[in-house]
Amino acid sequence: MSLKVIVLAKQVPDTNEVKIDPVKNTLIREGVPSILNHDDANALEEALKIKDSHPDTHITVITMGPPQAKDLLIECLAMGADEGVLVSDRALGGSDTWATSNALAAAVEKVGEFDILFAGRQAIDGDTAQVGPQVAEKLGLPQVTYVREFEIDGKDITVKRALEDGYEVIKLQTPCVLTTIKELNTPRYMSVGGIYDAVKADIPTWGAKELEIDLSTVGLDASPTNVYRSFTPAPKAKGVMIEKDTVEENAEALLALLKEKYIIA
Amino acid sequence: MAVVVIEEKCKGCKLCIKACPFDAIDMVGKHAVINEKCTACSQCIAACPFDAIIKTESEQEAADLTEYKDVWVFAEQRAGKLMNVSLELLGEGSKLAAEIGERDVCALLIGDDVDHLIPELYAYGANKVYLISDPLLKNYTTDGYAKVMTDAINEYKPEIVLYGATHIGRDLAPRVAARLNTGLTADCTRLDVSTGRYVEYLNKSTTLNTEGMEADADNKNLKQTRPAFGGNIMATILCPRTRPQMSTVRPGVMSMLDKDETKKGELITVAHKLSAGDIRTEVVEVVKAAKELVSLTDAEIICSGGRGLGDPEGFKLIAELAEAVGGVVGSSRAAVDAGWIDHSHQVGQTGTTVKPKIYFACGISGAIQHLAGMQTSDLIVAINKDEEAPIFEVADYGIVGDLYQVVPAIIKEWNRVRDDHNK
Repeated sequence: MSLKVIVLAKQVPDTNEVKIDPVKNTLIREGVPSILNHDDANALEEALKIKDSHPDTHITVITMGPPQAKDLLIECLAMGADEGVLVSDRALGGSDTWATSNALAAAVEKVGEFDILFAGRQAIDGDTAQVGPQVAEKLGLPQVTYVREFEIDGKDITVKRALEDGYEVIKLQTPCVLTTIKELNTPRYMSVGGIYDAVKADIPTWGAKELEIDLSTVGLDASPTNVYRSFTPAPKAKGVMIEKDTVEENAEALLALLKEKYIIA
Repeated sequence: MAVVVIEEKCKGCKLCIKACPFDAIDMVGKHAVINEKCTACSQCIAACPFDAIIKTESEQEAADLTEYKDVWVFAEQRAGKLMNVSLELLGEGSKLAAEIGERDVCALLIGDDVDHLIPELYAYGANKVYLISDPLLKNYTTDGYAKVMTDAINEYKPEIVLYGATHIGRDLAPRVAARLNTGLTADCTRLDVSTGRYVEYLNKSTTLNTEGMEADADNKNLKQTRPAFGGNIMATILCPRTRPQMSTVRPGVMSMLDKDETKKGELITVAHKLSAGDIRTEVVEVVKAAKELVSLTDAEIICSGGRGLGDPEGFKLIAELAEAVGGVVGSSRAAVDAGWIDHSHQVGQTGTTVKPKIYFACGISGAIQHLAGMQTSDLIVAINKDEEAPIFEVADYGIVGDLYQVVPAIIKEWNRVRDDHNK
């Protein structure tokens, strides 16, 4: 079984590391590392697992972003992907999910026919979970989101799709788009040999011209949504610290305060 | 539309670079230059002391949007039961319909043999119910639901469509948005049509300068506010040129109307052209987890534990506290990622948004993504060893100390106060 697998991945700032300047109420982003988005690492890992059992599987990772997103592709190649493509062009800057999916769908079509496209469910900087389904729509393919278990037998795919209170078992056929969550697998580390080869790999950059894409469908101006205002929520007034001498006295003081507020009997 | 730096005004102070969440500003020579990572979020405009950064509006002509009317809510049902978030959205939809004026709030009900849900939709505020019924729609499938929903939107032209940000809503909405070539804003926590109400909110809850915004009073676009950048900032999104304007909304954020069973509405049965061949996925079975559903959104008291517990055993103590105070157990993302407790307990940006009467945060440092999901609680009690922990910034009452000593003392004291009261 020789499979062609495409993985969509995104380089994101590690938003868990971001802090707010308590005085100026602004973001402190110095020292915040750029990382491979968590759900996308699960997408790549699932593709690599297919390759583990079917070595003639070919994995292409596509990312869209600024030129430095090439680092992410090197990381993916070092984990075991065969090929990386960087979609990057100033004309694509400021794209919302609709415009982003136009560019990514064009890149997928340029890569050519494939069996499975894996994408992370959502990226931690935007948390929209929209690009995967929107790429599937632009490509006219069936999708399953929130995939937590995956099996393939020829053209037949069986997945478990996570729900809030359980899961669904879903069958479908290749080609298709699947979005992945962390319950699906544990991403592997880069290998030393992989890193050695990856830094020497030839990674093409495709812009709007290479993608032959209509410029009225990508970028900030083409995006149906735009940012009207953005702000940091005002911090709440600082509360009361309870600082009695003993643990028991602290508990007593807390309960007295809760009682005062009629929150408890 | 783009954000640009006026070179003559830029003094090279780099304040905008610090303010930018997206690393989208570089210094080129002595001036700041916006690069392609810019999302036009406008943080830099507010940060610039020299008014050297501006947003240029594009001059694209808007299409005629006047034929789009009414507010639709996707009435999500599973196995013949409505999801609470859909009822919450009917409440929010009623508010928005009133803000636009002379509009109906309508429920779009899709399924098989779901007529029994119609009175409930009226009772929670729907003026109209659009019903699409077929055996092929018994289980949710992306292909089936996206097709009938897109066709119905094209036929009836709603101005606004709201979905619950559930695993189904977040699967369906982007697909529908892409097919209609319209915008979609994910996981909204606030919606406004009225600019006046929106400005009121900004003045009350944010530090944003709203001077001059009254001039925008005629802007009747839906202002869709959501956490962005991992919950570190809030962004308000517009979809000005295309219709419908579509949002997904987190469960537990909006308020239901009081149920009024005397309310009646209009039923519109929608014809559809769905055939079995349109549906390319087969739902073999739907399995409900055996585990009890943790209803964090309904809880009046939540007791959460985080990395400060030290090990999974710590959740036994949290469960004892929850039992004593009549609450449910929540957790931070760190504790879930460590495998100490199931994801269904997670409070925060990537978990559940909660606003209980009391929130106990035990051994939770207060990562922004956690705060985003709980800081609107009526009252927050934080217990942490580290007096510098950010959780104390949002706590109403804070106790610095070892939670393994403090929490048992609180349990004891709580029981004593309650017993006193019952005497």
